[in-house]
Amino acid sequence: MITVQDIQQKTIADLFEQYPFLPGFFEENTLQVNGQINEKLIDYLKFLDDEEEAENRAIDRDQLLNSMTIYISQMLEFLGEDVDDGVHSITILPGTNKSGEAEQFGELKISKSEIVCIVGPTGSGKSRLLADIEWVAQNDTPTSRTILVNEEMGDKKWRVSSGNKLVAQLSQNMNFVMDLSVYEFLELHAQSRLVEDVEGLIAKIIEEANKLAGEKFELTTPITSLSGGQSRALMIADTAILSKSPIILIDEIENAGIDRKKALDLLIGEEKIVLMATHDPMLALMGDKRIVIKNGGIHKVVETSDDERNLLVDLERMDAVVQNMRTRLRNGEIIKKEDIGF
Amino acid sequence: MNLVTVSGPPSSGKTAVILKTIDSLKKRGLEVGVVKFDCLYTDDDILYEKAGVKVKKGLSGSLCPDHYFVSNIEEVTQWGIKEGLDLLITESAGLCNRCSPYVKSITAVCVIDNLSGINTPKKIGPMLKSSDIVIITKGDIVSQAEREVFASRVNQVNPGASIMHINGLTGQGAYELSTLLYDEKVEIKTLVGEKLRFSMPSALCSYCLGETRIGESYQMGNVRKIDMSDKKGEK
Repeated sequence: MITVQDIQQKTIADLFEQYPFLPGFFEENTLQVNGQINEKLIDYLKFLDDEEEAENRAIDRDQLLNSMTIYISQMLEFLGEDVDDGVHSITILPGTNKSGEAEQFGELKISKSEIVCIVGPTGSGKSRLLADIEWVAQNDTPTSRTILVNEEMGDKKWRVSSGNKLVAQLSQNMNFVMDLSVYEFLELHAQSRLVEDVEGLIAKIIEEANKLAGEKFELTTPITSLSGGQSRALMIADTAILSKSPIILIDEIENAGIDRKKALDLLIGEEKIVLMATHDPMLALMGDKRIVIKNGGIHKVVETSDDERNLLVDLERMDAVVQNMRTRLRNGEIIKKEDIGF
Repeated sequence: MNLVTVSGPPSSGKTAVILKTIDSLKKRGLEVGVVKFDCLYTDDDILYEKAGVKVKKGLSGSLCPDHYFVSNIEEVTQWGIKEGLDLLITESAGLCNRCSPYVKSITAVCVIDNLSGINTPKKIGPMLKSSDIVIITKGDIVSQAEREVFASRVNQVNPGASIMHINGLTGQGAYELSTLLYDEKVEIKTLVGEKLRFSMPSALCSYCLGETRIGESYQMGNVRKIDMSDKKGEK
């Protein structure tokens, strides 16, 4: 464990050398080093002994040193994590519904690269289920459910850590709000995740995103001027490749400007556990299982049967008909009954 | 009685988060009250009343809102005790992004939203840096990447805090927050003698006293000038 004593006697140059993530901390805490790189940290911070300066900057020296120590420990722990420490599966143990009745399933294990759909009317308790997973419920939420990670009692670290969230979310109303190019945006995300091969990852993400998007876009395109489909494609590719969260929750994927099948393939290819709230038959049948939610509880768990899966072919044909009409309309053509084809 | 102070920039979602959290606290049979501090106007007290929560409001008017907060916090605490509350929540807007009306021994919650921009954590002072719990709201409308970047920036300025994401509209995450706010072993009787986590800015100039005219001859007291020379700024 690193202590304040350990770090304050070192020079800033040594600290930066030893902890390559530390300059980001200085930057975010508005500490400029300039010519003082070879000073000991304790000497560098002397300017805060001046009460007026400390008040002007609204920085408390002891608090800053404490924060820095915690941050270094956190980052070392984060960087030292073995890839094998990852999440292979989550298991949902039943609780109760809103009326206090026991949920109707034994236990539900969801493994990496599996897609599970969640169906049920608005207000039936879908959000609560996701919140239980995110909070790694231990019989201590309103539903009394328990969530196991890798078949063991989940670690509470998942609950409030900023870099270690169990669930990443992709939902319908999400937008990009930053004023950056695609490249700058991905670079920022990669840096916040402390990845090593930033360039390689950016290249991979844009390539995958362009496979999903109907219309191609460039690294120089501002993210706010991407079309709906392009934004969605970039969000999915970025989340699949760059997000550390092992579980991805998807709230519907619009059927416009994006290849949904490929999107799901990408997520499973990156070994994510995929939970998808959807009532779209094409997406629902792509899932391995679906959880039916009623009155705040899991009512039943349905496995997608072969018969159902065979229907996908027909659904895809119907979908192709509609997509084709869309293209024809866009090109100014007239739509005829024959276009339907069956 | 337990006491929790909640602050955050205007419109970050403090009231929505508190209301959703109170829902969960009430289900545990806890009596919760709120005192809302604001500057010129608020009708959030009506929202709290509608939700069946005991509420008082204080408007600082011409005074610095954070100074007003500290000058009243003891009276507010006594009100909560008199009302027989299990938990009293104070809500105040951090209006100058610097101050933190946080008291050392009292749980401090800061609410900020994803839409405020990724440089915001850097711009907010002790209100964010010295809080115990940071709530990030409006995560349902920005991308996963932006949420992650924002949370990591918050973590950089306050690595010791518990960082939570709450949706003020659906209440997702509010139940979880409610489990961190009440501890039956804690019993607060008075704040007299307690200390603030960080001092408030010392400012007393002619404009504090009502001066409206512009010009050096009208400026007295604690006045400071921008460095307009060409040399590079200090650290």
